[in-house]
Amino acid sequence: MPRLSLWLVRTALIWLGIGQTLGGLVLANKGLPLLPWLWTLRSSHIHILLIGWTVQLAFGVAFWILPRLGGGSRGNERLVALCYATLNLGVLLAALHDPLASLVGLDALWPLPVLTGLCYVVAAAAFLIHAFPRVLPLPTLPTEKP
Amino acid sequence: MYPQARIFIRTALIYLLLAFLVGALVLVNQGLDLNPRIGALQPVFYHLLMVGWATQLICGVALWMFPSFSREQPHGDQRLGWITYGGLNIGLLLRVVAEPLLAWTGAAGWGWALAVSALLQVVAIWAFIAAIWPRVKVRPTFRGKPSG
Repeated sequence: MPRLSLWLVRTALIWLGIGQTLGGLVLANKGLPLLPWLWTLRSSHIHILLIGWTVQLAFGVAFWILPRLGGGSRGNERLVALCYATLNLGVLLAALHDPLASLVGLDALWPLPVLTGLCYVVAAAAFLIHAFPRVLPLPTLPTEKP
Repeated sequence: MYPQARIFIRTALIYLLLAFLVGALVLVNQGLDLNPRIGALQPVFYHLLMVGWATQLICGVALWMFPSFSREQPHGDQRLGWITYGGLNIGLLLRVVAEPLLAWTGAAGWGWALAVSALLQVVAIWAFIAAIWPRVKVRPTFRGKPSG
């Protein structure tokens, strides 16, 4: 597994643990209402598991196993590094939004969703530009003539 | 494919059908207004699909295909995989039963069942992380050849 895939997959696993733990708190609080504030973690739970875990895991595995370009290259790795940084910044900002909004109010936090959206689009675009040329048919081996 | 991964993936496929059956029921109810109680099944549908199908399929494929833990133990400590399987499925099934019943009856016992379901699923996921973490690794280099 290449080093960038290692970073993407391990970070995805960390988000999986965090997202599932937050989801567990929300679910337990649904059954035994102790702290109403815990409900604000629901949106963080969804963002973390959908983007931080599922999408990031797919990126990590795709970077690892998609066909390589000429010379065994995996293409432009800087784009994948940019994708990694912006995707995780986006997930972090999205995860903080609702819990913070419940403490300081929505008005002060308007830049967070804007930045989150921007980060997600940059991450997706960077990965698309990286991966598109690697979606290739398998090379065919020359066949022997009868 | 080794037996543990097969069990994960086959169970995930069963959840896919269950999730779509519940999802279809929720959609039919939205259109035909059969019974207002059916609306309480919406979170059950989401979690059957995302935990029972997607997460469990990912766990099965990752346990099967990720780099070997070691030559002697290619899949690592399989007990962690079984804790994942047991916790995820018992926790999810408990939720499938308890969440709508809590909404319909309000009985406190179902609330406790939801808390137990949450705990089981959290333990399951951390067990999966513990199982797969050492197998997320860069290929070791041999005789100076580059890794990757």
